[in-house]
Amino acid sequence: MSEYLSVLVFIILGIAMVLVTFFLARLIRPHHPYPKKTVNYECAELPIGTSWIQFNNRFYIFALIFVIFDVEVVFLIPWAVAFGRLGLFALVEMAIFILILFFGLFYAWRKGVLKWV
Amino acid sequence: MGLIKKLPYYSEKIPGGAIVTTVLETVLHQAQAKSLWYLLFGTACCAIELMCTGASRFDFDRLGMFYRATPRQADLIIVAGTITKKMGPRLRRLYDQMAEPRYVIAMGGCTISGGPFYYDSYAVEKGIDHIIPVDIYIPGCPPRPESLLEGCIHLQEKIKKQKLSDWQEK
Repeated sequence: MSEYLSVLVFIILGIAMVLVTFFLARLIRPHHPYPKKTVNYECAELPIGTSWIQFNNRFYIFALIFVIFDVEVVFLIPWAVAFGRLGLFALVEMAIFILILFFGLFYAWRKGVLKWV
Repeated sequence: MGLIKKLPYYSEKIPGGAIVTTVLETVLHQAQAKSLWYLLFGTACCAIELMCTGASRFDFDRLGMFYRATPRQADLIIVAGTITKKMGPRLRRLYDQMAEPRYVIAMGGCTISGGPFYYDSYAVEKGIDHIIPVDIYIPGCPPRPESLLEGCIHLQEKIKKQKLSDWQEK
C-alpha cells in the first residue's frame, strides 16, 4: 500500500504544478481584451459566421467508404512495383483482395449510401 | 491588467519595496527577452532569409526564438517581405490578435519604406509603420540572417530595458 502513496504524491504534485503555473501566469500577464483582438483567427481574414457549425453527418459514411479505396491503393502500389518478380500467384491474390473490397463497396451501394438525398 | 501593474504602487510604500520591483522587473524582462516566439509571417523573399535563420545553420533557437503558427501564442511579429495595400489591413488584424506585450520587427527595405517599390508602385505600402508600431528596423534587400539575428539581439536589449509601467502601452 505504501508504494501507492508515492503515486498519490506524484498526482498531487502534478496537479499543484499546473495550478501554480496558471496562478503565476495570471499574476504577471497583462489582460487587455478588445473586440479586434478577440475575433476568431482565420489567417488574418475576417471570419464569416460562427465557427460552431455542424457538418452533415453523411460525410462520415463517405469518408468510411473512401477508406476502401485508400487501403486498395496502399496495397496496389507496392504490388504493382514488384509485380514483375511476383508472377501469376500475386495476380490471383490481388484479384481476390480487390474482389473482397469491392464486395464491401457493392454492399454499401445496395444500401443506398452513395446517393446524396 | 494583472497584479504586475499594481505591484509598484503597493511595494514602494514599504521600506525597501523598490528593490522588489526592480528585481521582479529584471527577472521578468530577462525571461521575456530569452523566449521571444515569433509569428510565422512572410510575404516575400525576406521570408526565405527568415526560414534560413530558423534552420540549423543560423539556428534562431539559440536566442530562444521559436515560430508559432498562431498570433495568440506569439510575442513578436517579424514582418518579412513586401506589404501591399491589400495586405495592410490583414497585417493590422494579425497584430491586433497578438497578446500583449507584443513586438514588431520590420525586416527588409519593403517594410521600412517600400524598398524597390518606393517610386513606381501604386500597390505597395510605403513602410509598415503606417500600419503598426515598429520596434526594430532591419535594412537590407533582403537582410542576411546575420542582420536578422543582430536585429533580434537589439530587440532583446530593448526588452530588458523596459519598465513595468510600459506594459500597458505595448
